[in-house]
Amino acid sequence: MRNAFADEITKLGHEDQRIVLLSGDIGNRLFDTFKAAAPGRFINAGIAEANMMGMAAGLALSGLRPVVYTITPFATTRCLEQIKIDICYHRVPVIIVGTGSGLSYGELGPTHHSCEDIAILRAMPEMTVVCPADGVELRAALNAALAQDKPVYLRIGKKGEPDLHASLPDFQLGKMITMQGGADLCLIATGNMVASALETAKFLAERGLTARVESMPTVKPLDEARLGDLFARFPLIAVAEEHGPIGGLFGAIAEWGAGRPGTRLLRLSAPDAFPHFVGSQEWLREQAGLTPPQMARAIEDALVQTRLRKAP
Amino acid sequence: MSDIDLDGTARLIRSRIIETSHASGMPHLGSCLSLVDILVAAYFKVLRIDPAHPLDPNRDRFILSKGHGAPALYQILALRGFFNTAMLDNYGADGSLFGEHPCTPDLLPGIEAATGSLGHGLPIALGMALAGRIQKRAYRVMAVLGDGECNEGSVWEAAMVAAAQCLDRVMVIVDANGWQATDRSASITGGASLAAKFRAFGWDARDIDGHDSRALVALMSAPPSGRPVALIAHTVKGKGVSFMEDDNNWHYRSPPAQEVAAAQAELGVL
Repeated sequence: MRNAFADEITKLGHEDQRIVLLSGDIGNRLFDTFKAAAPGRFINAGIAEANMMGMAAGLALSGLRPVVYTITPFATTRCLEQIKIDICYHRVPVIIVGTGSGLSYGELGPTHHSCEDIAILRAMPEMTVVCPADGVELRAALNAALAQDKPVYLRIGKKGEPDLHASLPDFQLGKMITMQGGADLCLIATGNMVASALETAKFLAERGLTARVESMPTVKPLDEARLGDLFARFPLIAVAEEHGPIGGLFGAIAEWGAGRPGTRLLRLSAPDAFPHFVGSQEWLREQAGLTPPQMARAIEDALVQTRLRKAP
Repeated sequence: MSDIDLDGTARLIRSRIIETSHASGMPHLGSCLSLVDILVAAYFKVLRIDPAHPLDPNRDRFILSKGHGAPALYQILALRGFFNTAMLDNYGADGSLFGEHPCTPDLLPGIEAATGSLGHGLPIALGMALAGRIQKRAYRVMAVLGDGECNEGSVWEAAMVAAAQCLDRVMVIVDANGWQATDRSASITGGASLAAKFRAFGWDARDIDGHDSRALVALMSAPPSGRPVALIAHTVKGKGVSFMEDDNNWHYRSPPAQEVAAAQAELGVL
């Protein structure tokens, strides 16, 4: 996904002279083309993220469109107060791009994981929170973020993720994207869990269950119209995210859906715990119960319970 | 502005700040009084600003990074014509824009950044200076920090980057009154020279008497020379009123009526 980001921001930076790219000393060679085309508008801000966010706010207050790029924990929790005050309180259009989100950097350990960033960033007033599922959604989200005049947090993966969309979907910030239809349940996923959600649906199909799969790139603001429709239609909505159990996509949907009768919500998330043993992203997902077969089993169990509860 | 009486203006502003503190119970009186001569020099002699066009893209920018000096900033902005002085009667009232720290710049002309949490103003100033370079505008950006504020790590992140980016249109003025909220700054920081620290980061830094208006104006007006500039302006907390000077109780206290009268008598403003 980061290559798609580098490619798209290079293209956009060429077209829009207001774009300034700030990197926190990462992306070795990733932005060479951008730098060559617009040397004054690429800043290596160093390993100094608090200052980088403040500088981005100053650039935005002066009419430019800064895009800040570094590894997710350092783009979010490391400099949270600068995001809150300098960017959100000032209501300036800074785009924060966190790369290697969730458990992407499994082997680097919890210092480089981010399983609380959605919760924390969506608690910031004025902030839009977007987790693109693939390079296609990422490019569309970046364009949409630049077209609005507000702070945006883009939570992206690392590299090598497959493209899930053959072509650019009808993308709007705040709108969900239907990946496939289904009748027995709905599976909503965000960011790098959408691919796994589609895999999960295949396992469910083998068991005779059809799942509607929704990509929900924008966690804030929520697509309330679509959610209302889904809540009215499905007895079970499963929510998958590579994030802790508190305050992420599940939390956002549960807050919205509290008090709505009839629909059961199933949370498919990482645990509220640091993994003290390193491993690949795949291994860590398995420990968290987030592989497609595990998620399919959890969904099937929940569906059985939901039906039992409804039985006379 | 050439015939402005800087000393008289500073005494008038000090008097008004003391009245505001009395009327509203606002704290940080000592921190405001140490700042006044720096503000008067900047706003009446140095900054290229036009209150009739507060958003002119070519204007110089001034950021009060020590946001708790806002009561002093409001007074000088009003006196300079950014808004009516009578608006300040509303200071601290329910629903007022005038709080103990500056509001966001979209709400009040003359305010460039909403500060208050320390260590934020200088990074924002750097961003504004970078924007000026990118947009080929010649404006300068001045940020006033407290010496206590320089405890914050983000100040030194910014000091590093400003030098690396050769942002010679950035000027820091440290209102070095020697105190922070609960102690002498030196007892918290070890007392090593702030000018030496900025120089070690690659800045053109020097010590100056922060109540010497003529010296402030001269150094603030010097043309850019390739490096960011830091003026360590040595000041007296509570400056101008004998019973407030260098007494840190005035970080939190506000004066009763008879002390306001005594202070104004000393300032020669009644």
